[in-house]
Amino acid sequence: MMWRVGTVVALQDETATARTITLKVPDWPGHIAGQHVDVRLTAPDRYSAVRSYSIASAPNSERRVELTVDRLPNGEVSPYLTQELAIGDPLEVRGPIGGWFVWRSEQTEPIQLVAGGSGIVPLMAMIRSRAAVGGAATFRLLYSVREPGAVLYRDELQALSDQNRSVTLIYASTRVAPKDWPRPPGRIDAALIAQTTWPSNLSPTCYVCGPTSFVESAAGFLTAIGNSPDKIRTERFGPTGDRK
Amino acid sequence: MNSHTYDYDYDYDYIDGNAAAGELSNIFAMDVTAAKGQCAHCGAIKRFAEAHVYMQGPGLVARCSVCQHALLRFVTARQRVFLDLRGLICLILDTSQLVESGR
Repeated sequence: MMWRVGTVVALQDETATARTITLKVPDWPGHIAGQHVDVRLTAPDRYSAVRSYSIASAPNSERRVELTVDRLPNGEVSPYLTQELAIGDPLEVRGPIGGWFVWRSEQTEPIQLVAGGSGIVPLMAMIRSRAAVGGAATFRLLYSVREPGAVLYRDELQALSDQNRSVTLIYASTRVAPKDWPRPPGRIDAALIAQTTWPSNLSPTCYVCGPTSFVESAAGFLTAIGNSPDKIRTERFGPTGDRK
Repeated sequence: MNSHTYDYDYDYDYIDGNAAAGELSNIFAMDVTAAKGQCAHCGAIKRFAEAHVYMQGPGLVARCSVCQHALLRFVTARQRVFLDLRGLICLILDTSQLVESGR
C-alpha cells in the first residue's frame, strides 16, 4: 500500500496528554470504522519512524481523517505529533489498514465495546459511525481509564448517550473514581464484565481495544460469561508498536 | 491502536496481527488481518489479527496465539524483503473485500 501525504487542517487537545489531529488526504479512498493508519516521520538525515494510530473519525466523504494521539513520556513519535505538529504541516500516512477489527453499518446485532485507555479511539469511530447512519445496532461501551481526567471524547459521548440512546456508557477507573461511577477504583474484573456487558445469550459482537494485558484479561472475562471467542474481536497495543 | 500511558502495565511483549498489516500491505494485495491462517504446528485456524506479533527485532514475527509457534517472519533489508511462511499450512483470504475497496 502506498504512502499518501495528508495536510493537518485542525488540532484539538482532548486531555492533558492527548491531541486529535485532523488530516485532509486528497486521494483518501475512504475507511471503515475501526481501521488504522501507519504514520511515517522522516528526519532530514532520512531516518524514519513508523507508528500505527487508529482512526477516530467516522467514514466520511470529505477525505478527512482524524487521529487521536496520546503522548508517551519517552516516545519517539508521539511528542512530535502532540506538541510540534502545526496546522498546514504535511504528514505521511499509509492506510486505511485492517479488515477484521471493524464495525460495518450493515451489522444489526448488539455491540459490546470495551476500551482500556486510548483503546477508545477505534471504538469511537464505531460509535460515531453508528450515530451517523442510525440503524438498529445497540451499543454498550465499558471504558476503563486511569482517572476521570483521562476520559477522551467525554462530552460527545455523553451527548450521544443522552440524545438518541444509541450507546450506553459505563465508566471504570483504575485509580480515582467519582461517586457517581458504578464502582470503586480498580482494574476491570469478572464481576464488572458480568454486570455491565450485554448478556451473552444476545450474541453481541464484542470489540476490545487497549494495552495487551488489558485486552487479554477483558477478552478472558467476556469468554468466561459465555461469549463465543468467535464473537470477540481484539486489538492490542504496547511499546512494541515503537518501531523503525 | 495507539501508544499511550495507562495503568495496565506493558507486561506483555507482543501486540497483534493488526499492527503488522501496514508492513505486510507492501507484499500482499489484500488485507491480511481478516485472513484465516492454519498453524503448521498445532493446526489451529485463527484470524491473522489474533496472532501474537513481536516487533522488537530487526523484522517482525507473528506467532500462533494457541501454541506460540512462529507463523510468519518478515524482515526488510535494503531493497529486499525476506518472508518466511513455513509456520503456516494455509492462509485463507476473503476476496469479497477486493470488490468493496475497488482494488
